[in-house]
Amino acid sequence: MTTKELNVAVDAEGFMTDPSQWTPEIAEAMAAEEGIAPLNEKQWQVINWVRQEAASTGEFPSLRSISKRSGVDTKEIYELFPKGPAKKIARCAGYQKPKGCI
Amino acid sequence: MKRLLILGGGTAGTMVANRLVHELDMAEWQITVVDQDETHYYQPGFLFIPFGTYGKADVMRPKRDYLPREVEVIISEIRVIEPDKNQVQLVKENRTLSYDYLIVTTGSHIVPEETPGLMEDEWRKSIFDFYTPDGAVALHHFLRTWQGGRLVLNVAEMPIKCPVAPLEFLFLADAYFQERDMRDRVELIYATPLPGAFTKPIASQQLGNLLDAKNIKLVTDFNIGSVDNDKKVITSYDEQSVEFDLLVSIPTNMGSEVIERSDMGDDLNFVPTEKHTLKARDYDNVFVLGDATNLPSSKAGSVAHFQVDVFIENFMRYLDGLELLPTFDGHANCFIESGHGKGFLIDFNYDVEPLPGMFPMPGVGPFSLLKESRVNHWGKMMFRWTYWNVLLKGKEMPIPAQMSMAGKWQR
Repeated sequence: MTTKELNVAVDAEGFMTDPSQWTPEIAEAMAAEEGIAPLNEKQWQVINWVRQEAASTGEFPSLRSISKRSGVDTKEIYELFPKGPAKKIARCAGYQKPKGCI
Repeated sequence: MKRLLILGGGTAGTMVANRLVHELDMAEWQITVVDQDETHYYQPGFLFIPFGTYGKADVMRPKRDYLPREVEVIISEIRVIEPDKNQVQLVKENRTLSYDYLIVTTGSHIVPEETPGLMEDEWRKSIFDFYTPDGAVALHHFLRTWQGGRLVLNVAEMPIKCPVAPLEFLFLADAYFQERDMRDRVELIYATPLPGAFTKPIASQQLGNLLDAKNIKLVTDFNIGSVDNDKKVITSYDEQSVEFDLLVSIPTNMGSEVIERSDMGDDLNFVPTEKHTLKARDYDNVFVLGDATNLPSSKAGSVAHFQVDVFIENFMRYLDGLELLPTFDGHANCFIESGHGKGFLIDFNYDVEPLPGMFPMPGVGPFSLLKESRVNHWGKMMFRWTYWNVLLKGKEMPIPAQMSMAGKWQR
């Protein structure tokens, strides 16, 4: 299934607009569009941790927080989500594009 | 007596102390400023030290001279902040200070130790920073005799203090090597974790064009993982490599260690702060100003100034039992040096990215926005005087705290 077939509401850059609509199928569909499907156990560990963290703090965690506290270190995160891990993780976890700093 | 404690006497702490002594009835309030360092540094001046425009003495003044007479100043390290007990423990004489209100202005600083290899054999030999006075002076000494080669400027990770400084450094380096007749022997490379030259699209485009025009190569999405001191190579987490002869690093920026010791910060030791009111998220009698916040506003003196403006008005309301107004809009206003006596000016906030146009300023302006001009350069050079004599002392500046769309061109 693609995100289109799943009828996911996304913004212009393909990020979900409502994280509460997220399902594991959507994560797989997003992963396919990012060229990293099917998601393996480690990738799920990151996505699940990020969703839990974002739900409890109300903010999408920084890459630094993810590598420090999800149990998967920075080097590995770049292997699991190559070229722009923050963006890929946010898409798979159903969150909007992480905001950079101004 | 009510007690107000300000932790950190840098740009934000000094400005807020000067404003508060005018706003509060000093017969009823005792204000104390704690800082570990007696010297106030004019940080925007560090950029000019490597190129010999300023020396170290040009950017240093005693902190006490800029803090109001009415406040108590204690030079000491802070052991720990205990916000649940409304008290702060100092290292000096094991003192404990209690407070009714706390203002955290502990700033940010570089932590090169965060990147493996950065602070090893080549540190201050072929690897330098310019975010500390000693680093900037060491780089100046190095550049005086450098014969050329590949200069790589790397930003380790965002956020950094003064996000325009890396670009300014490269523009000034380009001009400096031209003036020394050796530009053809120097390759300039900018390796940044950002997807472009700057954080915001229109400015990123304009500044990116200027990098091209000055023959400065841009390497984007480069997240440094380590430095190899023997091979003189920086490598990113996704295995891109960039060789250097001279590495000018802007290492990871973090908040003060006392924030970590006090368990009050995020993973970079920045204090979670309410975006529009500047109150600490977790404490009702603690406010956070300047670089110490975790806000997505720029870490810059102009931002600290606008924060202090809106904070003062809000704090007076708060003391009268009124609710805080969401008045801080993320306003930033920065001169960008572009070399050869020219500069840019950008003016933006949380929601409005830097736009082209004209920036009105009574008496001295207008300044052109997002466009090179000589007037902008003089604005930047005059700013050192303004900083010491107007800004720090909390005197009125001819720029409103909230961003205005006046003079900006919208598409």
